[in-house]
Amino acid sequence: MNQNDINNLRGKTAVVGLAESGCGIASGWSAMEIMANSVHDALDDAGIKLNEVDGVFAATAFHSMAAMSLSEYLGLKPKFADGSQIGGSSFLSHILTAALALDAGLINVAVVAYGSNQKSIGGFKTISEAMPYEAQYEPRMPVTAYALAAKRYMHEFGASREDLANVAVSARDWALLNPRAYTYDKGPLTIEDVLSARPIVDPLGKLDCCLVTDGGAAVVMTRSDRAKDTKNTPIYLLGAAMEHHHRMVSEMPDLVRTSAIDSSQRAFKMSSYKATDMDTIQLYDAFTINTLLFLEDLGFCKKGEAIALVKNNNIGPSGSLKVNTNGGGLSCVHPGMYGLFVTLEAIRQLRNSAGDNVGERLNGGWIDNAKLSVAHGNGGVLSSQVTNVWGVSETL
Amino acid sequence: MPEKLQGSVGPEQQFKNYLSEGKFMIQRCKSLDRFFFHPRVAFPGTGERDLEWVEASGIGTVHSTTCNRRLPEKGGDFNLSLITLDEGPRMMARVEGTEPDKVEIGQKVKARISSLNGEPAIIFDIL
Repeated sequence: MNQNDINNLRGKTAVVGLAESGCGIASGWSAMEIMANSVHDALDDAGIKLNEVDGVFAATAFHSMAAMSLSEYLGLKPKFADGSQIGGSSFLSHILTAALALDAGLINVAVVAYGSNQKSIGGFKTISEAMPYEAQYEPRMPVTAYALAAKRYMHEFGASREDLANVAVSARDWALLNPRAYTYDKGPLTIEDVLSARPIVDPLGKLDCCLVTDGGAAVVMTRSDRAKDTKNTPIYLLGAAMEHHHRMVSEMPDLVRTSAIDSSQRAFKMSSYKATDMDTIQLYDAFTINTLLFLEDLGFCKKGEAIALVKNNNIGPSGSLKVNTNGGGLSCVHPGMYGLFVTLEAIRQLRNSAGDNVGERLNGGWIDNAKLSVAHGNGGVLSSQVTNVWGVSETL
Repeated sequence: MPEKLQGSVGPEQQFKNYLSEGKFMIQRCKSLDRFFFHPRVAFPGTGERDLEWVEASGIGTVHSTTCNRRLPEKGGDFNLSLITLDEGPRMMARVEGTEPDKVEIGQKVKARISSLNGEPAIIFDIL
């Protein structure tokens, strides 16, 4: 087998259930309780019993051995577990690993899960160690790293803070259509709101940065033969790939080109679709700069051209690109590791189009006739990049 | 000497020891004739182990820069930049001697060894 054979995972597995819980503020609930609650809700959604789960995948900022702690909490004895921690994109890599384990016959039912109560217990939570050769300068991680990338992007391509602000404005416009979003009732943002928000690390202000919320999520995966017989519309994993080039931002080879270039090329190749085939685009927008970089790196435009692409609310509900349709990490939810939420939104859009009831949205919040979604996860400081391509049965 | 470890201390401690002596040293791979930072036990990516320590010129260029906002009672705003050394490698550091939000990409800078929180630290000044 070689790189040309990677298509052998295409369409072999599917998500058959999903849930989120405790999003926003969940005072009085622990990270584990929120995560486990999400798993039970996702299994209920799938119509699969807990004791059928034999693969457990999890990461949090609260548990050094999350997959093992979650398995014990749930009362499971998994035959395969993976708690790989590569930051917020971990769950998209867990999905790839789960697909491999399912396809190999090691397991039959996988759950991928996450939970956080960071907001209730005092704010952004990380278990990252201090970075040697950086920590003594006291960078405000992760914001400083993204600010360094944003500043370099502005320098190389002539972008302004207004160009970054366009991303936050569009994200909020989507959130206003989504009753699940943390800012659903907070009203629209203007460019001026974003520019005048409290500066955090120049050039990023408070509204260039994601929300800080509680929340958990889970998805249930099976092989495609079984998925056909579950009660929901199965959403098939058509492509998946990961890549990372650095851990510390000072080691990032190019501040304006992420390894999403590589992960997305391979994920799209496996899927046999290209970026422009995607009906919905779910990108890990921890900061406004992320959306610009990932639109370019995933191939929606050339390097530097995202500046023009996001103008005039073109990635908002009235625009031509359906980007971060839940409101994103900027305006929907961000419990510290956002990866499962890009996944949930990518799949929910497809299930809604197929007729499943996955919640209410205001007019325009659900994308008509959506058959293909890309979910892209980012972890660390623009470090780990994982791309998943999802489709309904007719895209197989 | 500990089995299979070259030198009495690892490269991270060696780098810090040099800093304590007032020297900004970086590693060079002799067979590749290439410098790298941060310090490692082998050349990143290809693994060559024929390394030597060389005193850095200390001259570099601002690759990117930020002003980190901090309350005055906690020390006030401070600069944090990525500097590309003339030898090639890039590193994180602070640029001082100007307002923290007035540092610009492309400016030439020169290193000096100062201290942060009681530890020796490389700080850059605008040339």
